[in-house]
Amino acid sequence: MNKARIGLFVTCLVDLYRPSVAFAAIKLLEDAGYQVEVPEAQTCCGQPAFNSGDFGNTREIARQVIDAFADFDYVVGASGSCIGTIRAHYPDLFENDPAWLAKARDLSAKTYELTSFLTDIASIDTVESSFRGEVTYHDSCSGLRELGVKQQPRKLLDSIDGVSVNEMQHSETCCGFGGTFCVKFPEISTRLASDKVDNICDSRAPVLLGGDLGCLLNISGRLQRLDKPVRVFHVAEVLADMADGAAIGEGED
Amino acid sequence: MQPQSHRFKQNVSVALQDVQLQKALERVQEGFVDKRAAVVSTLPEFEQLREQGKAIRNHVLDNLDFYLQRFESQVQARGGQVHWAENAQQARDIVRDICKRVGAKMVIKGKSMISEEIALNDALEADGLDVVESDLGEYILQLAQEPPSHIIAPAIHKTKAQISELFYHAHQKLGYTRKLDTVPDLVNEAREVLRSRYLEADVGITGANFLVAETGSNIIVTNEGNGDLSCTLPRVHIVTASIDKVVPTLDDASALLRLLARSATGQEITSYTTFSSGPKRAGDPDGPDEYHVVLLDNGRTEMLAGAFRDMLRCIRCGACMNHCPVYGVIGGHSYGWVYPGPMGSVLTPNFLGLDEAGDLANACTMNGHCASVCPVKIPLPDLLREHRRRQFERKLQPRFARFALAAWATIVRRPRHYQPLMSMGIRILNRLGRGKGRFKSLPMLGAWTQTRDLPAPQTQTFQSLWKKQRGDER
Ligand code: SF4
Repeated sequence: MNKARIGLFVTCLVDLYRPSVAFAAIKLLEDAGYQVEVPEAQTCCGQPAFNSGDFGNTREIARQVIDAFADFDYVVGASGSCIGTIRAHYPDLFENDPAWLAKARDLSAKTYELTSFLTDIASIDTVESSFRGEVTYHDSCSGLRELGVKQQPRKLLDSIDGVSVNEMQHSETCCGFGGTFCVKFPEISTRLASDKVDNICDSRAPVLLGGDLGCLLNISGRLQRLDKPVRVFHVAEVLADMADGAAIGEGED
Repeated sequence: MQPQSHRFKQNVSVALQDVQLQKALERVQEGFVDKRAAVVSTLPEFEQLREQGKAIRNHVLDNLDFYLQRFESQVQARGGQVHWAENAQQARDIVRDICKRVGAKMVIKGKSMISEEIALNDALEADGLDVVESDLGEYILQLAQEPPSHIIAPAIHKTKAQISELFYHAHQKLGYTRKLDTVPDLVNEAREVLRSRYLEADVGITGANFLVAETGSNIIVTNEGNGDLSCTLPRVHIVTASIDKVVPTLDDASALLRLLARSATGQEITSYTTFSSGPKRAGDPDGPDEYHVVLLDNGRTEMLAGAFRDMLRCIRCGACMNHCPVYGVIGGHSYGWVYPGPMGSVLTPNFLGLDEAGDLANACTMNGHCASVCPVKIPLPDLLREHRRRQFERKLQPRFARFALAAWATIVRRPRHYQPLMSMGIRILNRLGRGKGRFKSLPMLGAWTQTRDLPAPQTQTFQSLWKKQRGDER
């Protein structure tokens, strides 16, 4: 039987900041029996332009993504917000352009967030990982509300022996990242990040996991500025047993 | 009210430092969010009800002229009068003229956001009328001389201690000299003070939660009963409402009331649901001699024809602001005008323009919580983004932001240049942050690094590592 082909949507933040998340995603998808490829002609999903009201550039970037991933059976990415943009918003961009609308819908229908692909499509319910300990989980907004990602990462984490999820209070409340919001309104953003940090610390888990690197950069940055010892990883790194290196923002030494 | 939306960023700085405000805002979670969640969880068909609510409101908007005319003829048939106001000025003048004609000296008011939108109190007071707010929250604000900060809990920004202080000073001349420290005591004192005013008032002015086309009825919901008294005791009752408030039938209204109470206060039904359908009829024991409905447009027909049409479905429940993380830390006054939170950030630029209120559309993380609780499924984040689109088109965003966006887009649209460029940039950044794993500060990124460390890139870009790995394998 031919393996189904997945195009990995790397996301710009993973590409730049944390390649290990992409390697983790590839491992998880290959272990699940898929053939994974990484189209070179990808950069970003266009969200920064979209949320800044620049629909012209967003459309151009969307066309680029649509073309780059047209031939795959599935498109998977380890980010709720980038995948949310492709799934929930690309079709809206081409409302008045029937040819591209059809292509956008095609892409939208076969594009999935990593943990939801693994559980909902690949029907994976256990993963092997040597990671141990208590973790707490931040539900990133777009994954949660645009894609319904909530139980999927928890289900996979629960399958790892010796990992338990200590739920924090208000895990579904925004961390204040919001893309360009975090530098346009730094005071509000910081306050929301501080509230998130309080809830994380109250959970007493020494590790924070989440499914969106943007939020994790924001939260870890605030945790570290406040000298909190909580370590931050992308959930894919733990699921793929690749969380033995430096956590986000940690030095090598 | 002089709009202060252009001062949004300053307002925010002040609000975030305001200890009393922060304390007051803590009540939103328990008082609204938790209560709503509890009551929604006991109603399995709540999601269907939301769909139904959306459908009813859409149907109204598709046939607005028809239902408004029907409403008018029903009001007339019951001896009332409908007045059409194109803008705030006209609406104020209509109310002022009625008050003058009937020789009013005192006006008692139920809560009405339209009255806030048209700044009615100032106009009436300028005419020498004694205006008394009967809703407890509005009464508190009248004493404090402040605008509301929430559409259903106008004084949510005030702590109990602040309210006690206000009452202590305001009620001394009426013989109340005790400082009160429990909520029931405060409520009772306000009740006693207000009770006699209902009887003195010549005119009662209320808002409308819904206007029913089928019967010409106006529906208001309250938890204090002040609305009933404001519309039945004075000899003239004036309803101030916007044209989008109309619904076809009493059945439609009851579906929406089920949604409203649950979404607004987490109740299955509010304590009082008051229907008024005209002046006192022969044989009625009470009721006003005159019944007027002032229907305000104020830009709504324009919204109806454009990209913000969905916003007119709004039933003013306040759930979007209760669930908004930004509202939750900056409070309603930061928004600088009558309507705060997500719905306000969509509405205010429509009423006041993007030059005045452009910041509001941007002060959102696009977390989507508002839309996920909105009882009539208004896509609030999409509407905020539509404002941003207009700002972008009109080049209203700060020059630096526009430049940065354009530069970024230029590179992102050229993957072949993007990959090597990023690979180089990341190598440099990585070398700078080597070992430490993060930056305490970086030029141009002060907005981030002032309060947060910035994680350093792990190694190289994924794309360059991937290429290398593929090359090695071959
Ligand atoms: S926009 Fe929706 S949630 Fe907000 S007040 Fe209106 S009806 Fe309620």
